[in-house]
Amino acid sequence: MAIGNLQAVAESGAFLVTSEIGPPKGADPDAVRKAARVMKGCVDAVNLTDNQTAVVRISSVAAAVLVQQEGVEAVVQMTVRDRNRIALQSDVLGLAALGIKNVVCMSGDHPCNGNHPAAKPVYDLDSITWLQTVVQMTRDGKFQCGEEMKKKPELFVGAVENPFAPPYEYRPIRLGKKVDAGARYIQTQCAFDLDYLRRFMADVVKLGLHEQVKILVGITPMKSAKMARHMQTNVPGLQVPEAVCRRMEAAADPKEEGLAIAVETIHAVREIPGVAGIHLMPVMWEDVVPLVVERAGLLPRPTVEIATTA
Amino acid sequence: MGNALEWIGSKLYTGLVWFEYCAKHPIFGCRLCGTCKLHDLGLTCPMTCPKQLRNGPCGGVRANGHCEVKPEMECRWVRIERRARKYWPKSWWHPRHINPPVRWDLQATSSWLNYLYNVDKHKEEYEEIKAKQQ
Ligand code: SF4
Repeated sequence: MAIGNLQAVAESGAFLVTSEIGPPKGADPDAVRKAARVMKGCVDAVNLTDNQTAVVRISSVAAAVLVQQEGVEAVVQMTVRDRNRIALQSDVLGLAALGIKNVVCMSGDHPCNGNHPAAKPVYDLDSITWLQTVVQMTRDGKFQCGEEMKKKPELFVGAVENPFAPPYEYRPIRLGKKVDAGARYIQTQCAFDLDYLRRFMADVVKLGLHEQVKILVGITPMKSAKMARHMQTNVPGLQVPEAVCRRMEAAADPKEEGLAIAVETIHAVREIPGVAGIHLMPVMWEDVVPLVVERAGLLPRPTVEIATTA
Repeated sequence: MGNALEWIGSKLYTGLVWFEYCAKHPIFGCRLCGTCKLHDLGLTCPMTCPKQLRNGPCGGVRANGHCEVKPEMECRWVRIERRARKYWPKSWWHPRHINPPVRWDLQATSSWLNYLYNVDKHKEEYEEIKAKQQ
């Protein structure tokens, strides 16, 4: 089986660029397809979020198939919020059988702020034991219970981390747990306040984790000053500095300003030791991805000869 | 010594489970998960985290260190980490150890007996920690 494009680019040592599509709240495949077409050629792979903010949407596996039909490699996000270990492992087998190459394991937003607050939060596994489970499936061909399977799924397995939320000193150690569990790449929460990121990365480098895992820093281009304020005050786990909000508010063309901030952030992030790529998270603004990638000087994306193993 | 789980259903066992609950719920919010982690985690019960996370905080912790789901509650992992780092002997707090997932088949059993009879497999866990330290 051949490895995927993301893994090939990661192993080539090139600076990685991934992006993200939030599947729609309805059975409309065209929204996903359109977003995939916009991003084609500008990114190494595209994440499909798993019912983000605990709102029901097209499943990340189904959306990933749509994206791959457009010729873009998909990364399926899988949260432990809605499925127990049986359903999760079954979906991993399913998505691998459908030709998907990448999975990212995470805990997921709690249902309390979603559109079904009365739903049972499952959290049968946590993000780290879930990651461990997928790695065990792909590497050893064994289920969480230890039983062997006939054909193991071949996947490039990643995880997430948030350097911008307390307990700050513990975050690098938690990343270490994810490395121990077998994560090959990490996508972080959106970076606005780079001081937090620098401190985090310094500890990560001290622990030597950057040599074992590719760290992709999250970048979100902001569309308006309102969005900046919203993220500053209403989204737990984000740090948006006052200066960034002011800059957005003062701008004549907020979209242009948001784009400029994103490009500046990418340049600054590339200077931080241990950073191996960026993960773009455009919220309802997929069209901006090619612009950001181009202006940040990250085009053309590397095409890596994919070696096939028997 | 027999298997601690064989006594489930006996009056004595039920009494013990009740006693354990009464001892631990008022102070630690015990949920009778059956695989107690209080002693490993600075006397904070991870089952009181709304996501029942046993391996570290989620990404939604508020800037003031409170939980994203319950804004009035300090994030369980902010608390675990702070307390364990400050008050726990170094040999008791293993920040990078991966705790195994909850065993839901042990829900509402006595974690004390499970510990005593190694039903919770803590011995294997401690051996793993020791092996890693060497
Ligand atoms: S913020 Fe802390 S207590 Fe709340 S769900 Fe996340 S990890 Fe659990």
